Amino acid sequence: MKKLKYIFAILILSITFGSCSDDNDEVIVESNPVEGLNKIYEFSEADHTVEIYSEKTALEVGYNEISIRIKDMASNKYVTNAEASWMPMMHMETMEHSAPHSMLTNSEESSVYKGYIVFQMPGNDTEYWDFTLNYNLNGQAMTETHQISVTQPIDGLKKVQVFMGSDDNRYILAYVNPKAPQVAINDFQAVLYKMENMMTFPVVENFKVTVDPRMPGMGNHSSPNNQDLTYDAATKMYNGKLSLTMTGYWKINLKLQNESNEVLKGEDVTEANPESSLYFELEF
Amino acid sequence: MKSSINVFPLRAILVGCLWCVLLCGNFVSRLYAQETPVDSLKLVNLSEVVIISTGKQLDYQKQHKPLSTLDEFLESSRSINMVKRGAYAWEPTMNDMASERLAVTIDGMQIFGACTDKMDPITSYVDVSNLSEAQIGSGQQGAVFGNTIGGGINLKLDKSNFKPTGWNGSVESAYETNNAMRVFGGELNYSDEKFYLNTDGIYRKADNYYAGRDREVKFSQFEKYNFSVNSGYKLTEDKSISATLIYDEANDVGYPALTMDVSLARAVIGSVSFNQDTLFGNLSNWESKMYYNTIKHVMDDTKRPDVPIHMDMPGWSETAGFYSQANFNRQKNHFFFKLDGFYNKSYAEMTMYPTNSSEPLMFMLTWPDVRTKDVGFYAEDHIAFGKASLKLSTRLAYHSNSVADDFGLNSLKIFYPEMERTNTRFLKSFSAQYHKMLNDFHFNGGLSYGERAPSVSEGYGFYLFNSFDNHDYIGDPDLKTESSADANISVTYKKPIFEITAAANYFHVFNYIIGVVDNSLSTMTIGADGVKFYTNLDYAQLFNASLSGRYNISNAFKLTGTVSYHRGVDNDGENLPLISPVSYRSAVDFYKNQYSASLSIAGSGEQINYNPAYGETKTAAYAILSASFGKRFFIKENSLFVKAGIENILDTYYSSYTDWNNIPRMGRNIYATISYSIN
Repeated sequence: MKKLKYIFAILILSITFGSCSDDNDEVIVESNPVEGLNKIYEFSEADHTVEIYSEKTALEVGYNEISIRIKDMASNKYVTNAEASWMPMMHMETMEHSAPHSMLTNSEESSVYKGYIVFQMPGNDTEYWDFTLNYNLNGQAMTETHQISVTQPIDGLKKVQVFMGSDDNRYILAYVNPKAPQVAINDFQAVLYKMENMMTFPVVENFKVTVDPRMPGMGNHSSPNNQDLTYDAATKMYNGKLSLTMTGYWKINLKLQNESNEVLKGEDVTEANPESSLYFELEF
Repeated sequence: MKSSINVFPLRAILVGCLWCVLLCGNFVSRLYAQETPVDSLKLVNLSEVVIISTGKQLDYQKQHKPLSTLDEFLESSRSINMVKRGAYAWEPTMNDMASERLAVTIDGMQIFGACTDKMDPITSYVDVSNLSEAQIGSGQQGAVFGNTIGGGINLKLDKSNFKPTGWNGSVESAYETNNAMRVFGGELNYSDEKFYLNTDGIYRKADNYYAGRDREVKFSQFEKYNFSVNSGYKLTEDKSISATLIYDEANDVGYPALTMDVSLARAVIGSVSFNQDTLFGNLSNWESKMYYNTIKHVMDDTKRPDVPIHMDMPGWSETAGFYSQANFNRQKNHFFFKLDGFYNKSYAEMTMYPTNSSEPLMFMLTWPDVRTKDVGFYAEDHIAFGKASLKLSTRLAYHSNSVADDFGLNSLKIFYPEMERTNTRFLKSFSAQYHKMLNDFHFNGGLSYGERAPSVSEGYGFYLFNSFDNHDYIGDPDLKTESSADANISVTYKKPIFEITAAANYFHVFNYIIGVVDNSLSTMTIGADGVKFYTNLDYAQLFNASLSGRYNISNAFKLTGTVSYHRGVDNDGENLPLISPVSYRSAVDFYKNQYSASLSIAGSGEQINYNPAYGETKTAAYAILSASFGKRFFIKENSLFVKAGIENILDTYYSSYTDWNNIPRMGRNIYATISYSIN
């Protein structure tokens, strides 16, 4: 009943206010291309600014979707022909390396350059991440390098795995979706990269990742109708299904298999072996 | 989430409909008022009626144990056995079939328990203080109360019904030694030809009981109280309105056979009715009722030591419904028509608290806010020809289930990705019952067919733990309608001092719904042995036979006895669970000059046919002996009635096939009841 009262109050208020407003104030609804995203950096240059957006409030270890807008101060408009590209780099004490990342593209929204980076590790006092952005502004090629801060996820959950496979290759497997898991069959998505050298991380195609979600707090309860992650050439990601039968803490036990179904990393979950060495963690 | 449960527009609709009923009633009666009402004969053709308290003073004496729980009254019936999970809230079974296969109503009202683990059969939400009798119909003879396979039970409320008795009241109290149960009750009634008001209340509190040989059964305590108000008002000579309100609350109820107890089980049950002697000139005893009830049930494990994980499991069930019924007599045909409908919401959730408190709570919907709509039409014709009669009856119903909660729907879609939100069925029931009297013999025989929809748990349950077979159960929204073809026969030889009845019935149940193990699934409950899906078996067969007799040794002494045999098998010839072994009971009753006494024995043979796959173990044979003594005193116009008895005199340690996880039953128990009524 309380709720109803509020609804009534709001209804009455809105009618009252609605009737007071001018008849001719037609609002032009402009869709905001970065709606719902957090602006985590704004780098100001002489004649333009670069805005960095993320769904998260900070860049974290793991998979990060990043949107970039470049604003030309002269025209006060966002640039749509910048042909932007990027290169993340970790500066460690003794060496430096890059991170798996996608190309930047503005195909969805012409003024927003979107892509993702999988950060393998956080920065600290002596080691830091930066990224170099290349773009065109009014026909002029620009190159800017900005230091960025990458932290461990606040929830402390494991969402990326960097490991040596039994084929002696180093792989990076990162969790992408579901971002808001539900008690349902969720669309499960991950990205898999091979570390060829410090700078090159090609997408691994046509491998398979088996999925076995478990609740260690519930006697390692599992769920039915999960689907292994398989490669989708269109998105260059691995898609599968993840069933979650209740809210809480879940450990998604994984096993990486190559094209000839040889296990490169991870173990089956059994009575004796409650968890795989390859896993993601979830809480909701 | 919970507020949606509370906001229930049907309450308003209910009031609106009542007005309609009243207005229509007035209108119709004015049209036909000049015609003389047909002398109505309401035929009760039920297999059994258990008297609970009609004309209280008199019947108290005939009862072995007044003020016993309703469960004990029902258990005294020939046709009912009670499944026990503790000392409280026993679940009635009939023809070896439990809640889902029975139609159990309170004064014609549909009520559904709010517990996913069947800890609150609806019989637990009323008390003997409210009731006059339990009307029991075996098989499709119970279809008058709703769709059923095994039978129907209607608990009839006690009403003064315009009897010119004026004011009367009584106070009563009882004590039982075994579990220190204290019972206090009272009632105050006023009734004249124009108006009546019945009020009563009862309070029970019991500690743990002790099984035979002084073994305490921990977590078997309970506390409950119940109030009810009943009132009627005559609008005109042939028209009346009446209303009922029952409030029932149990707290601190232990369930020794389960892993959880109950901190709250609360029901509010209300109805308003309109009664008119005639309708359209030809119909008689027209009764229409609108009702609403709401139940909240909260399970609690905080008092149990060593639970692997603490959990909260509250459940809600709300039902609104109506029925309108009338008789129609035409020569040898006695028709009875009833139109009824109900709308139920069943919602239950489970929250588990992880041992590692930094992890988020684990939440699931165990009943995903299932909305059940049911509209049915029942008709029967009782045709009398001389010394024989034939009763034909049918029920046709539209039944639909819909999952209202998206969280719950998505949860179930983990198992049934293609499932629809709504499932609709058309349920049918037909029956023919023939009775023939030949000198001192009565022959009864019948054939019938009935259908029922799966229960909320069977259709939509999500990881419901069953401690009997130690499995988690998952419902199947696509279950087929269960149906049953049954035949019954009985022969009675009746003399004034002697009577013997042999009866048997057979049910062939198609698409019998029962849990079947799926080994691919991982258990949810810590320590469970596996997961079962509710599944349709091709068929199951149930057979019940009984022999019962009565012999009046003298005017004062009466001997009664019953022995029964039961068998239930599935399509592979495997035993069905919870099927009674051979059981018997016998009693000698004495009644003379306000003195009453009885000595009774009840027992059962060894359970030969049991099934370990359903968690059953063989229960041993047992027999227990009980006795009672009573005396009624008159003090001026008032009467004082005292009754005492002793149950399980030999303090036998035993459990029966109905005892969940073989919890032992009560050992020796001495009880005393005192009741003082003021006329």
